[in-house]
Amino acid sequence: MPMPAADLEAHLREAFPDATIEIEDLAGDGDHYKARIVSTAFAGLNRVRQHQLVYAALKGKMGGELHALALETSPTA
Amino acid sequence: MTETHETLAHEFIAKTVAEHPVVLFMKGVPDQPGCGFSATVVQILDHLGVDFAGVNVLQSDALRQGIKSYSDWPTIPQLYVKGDFVGGCDIIREMYATGELKTLLNDQGLLAA
Repeated sequence: MPMPAADLEAHLREAFPDATIEIEDLAGDGDHYKARIVSTAFAGLNRVRQHQLVYAALKGKMGGELHALALETSPTA
Repeated sequence: MTETHETLAHEFIAKTVAEHPVVLFMKGVPDQPGCGFSATVVQILDHLGVDFAGVNVLQSDALRQGIKSYSDWPTIPQLYVKGDFVGGCDIIREMYATGELKTLLNDQGLLAA
C-alpha cells in the first residue's frame, strides 16, 4: 500500500524536528522512496542505530505500508 | 506467529550466525536471489571474494518474521559478520563504496590474502 511523500516527510519531521530531509520518489509509485536525512540526533551512532531510529519514527510502517525506503543518514551535511 | 515459533526462529538464527562467520539472510538463494536488494548484497560479497552462507528467509514465515525481531530491523536482506548484524542493503552498499566493508572483513581474517 503506497504512502504519499508528504506523509512520509511529516512522520520524519515529527521525529527529527531539526533535520534536513530530502525525499525522492524513485519509481513514481509512492512505494519506493529514497530519503536523505541530516540530523544531530544521529551524532555518535553507527549506521545501524541511525537507520533504526528512522524505522522507529515510522512506527512499523516500514516493511508494511512502505515497501522500499533507501536511507542515507548523517549527523552532518 | 506464536511466541514459540519466534523463539525457535531466534535460536536457529543465533546458531547459524555462531557457526558461520559471514551469513546473509536473504530472499531466494545466492545463485538465484528473489529480490533486487538481496541480489545487490550477493554481488558485493561475490566481488569481494568472501565465503558466506546464504539463508533463504522465504522458506519459512517464522524465519522471515523472526529475523526482523532478532535484529530489530524491518527489512531483508540482513548481513551478519562474526555474529554481529552489520546492515541491510543500503548500509552494505555504502560500506562497500567507502571501503569499510573490505576493511571489516579483512580485519576479521575473512578475505583471502
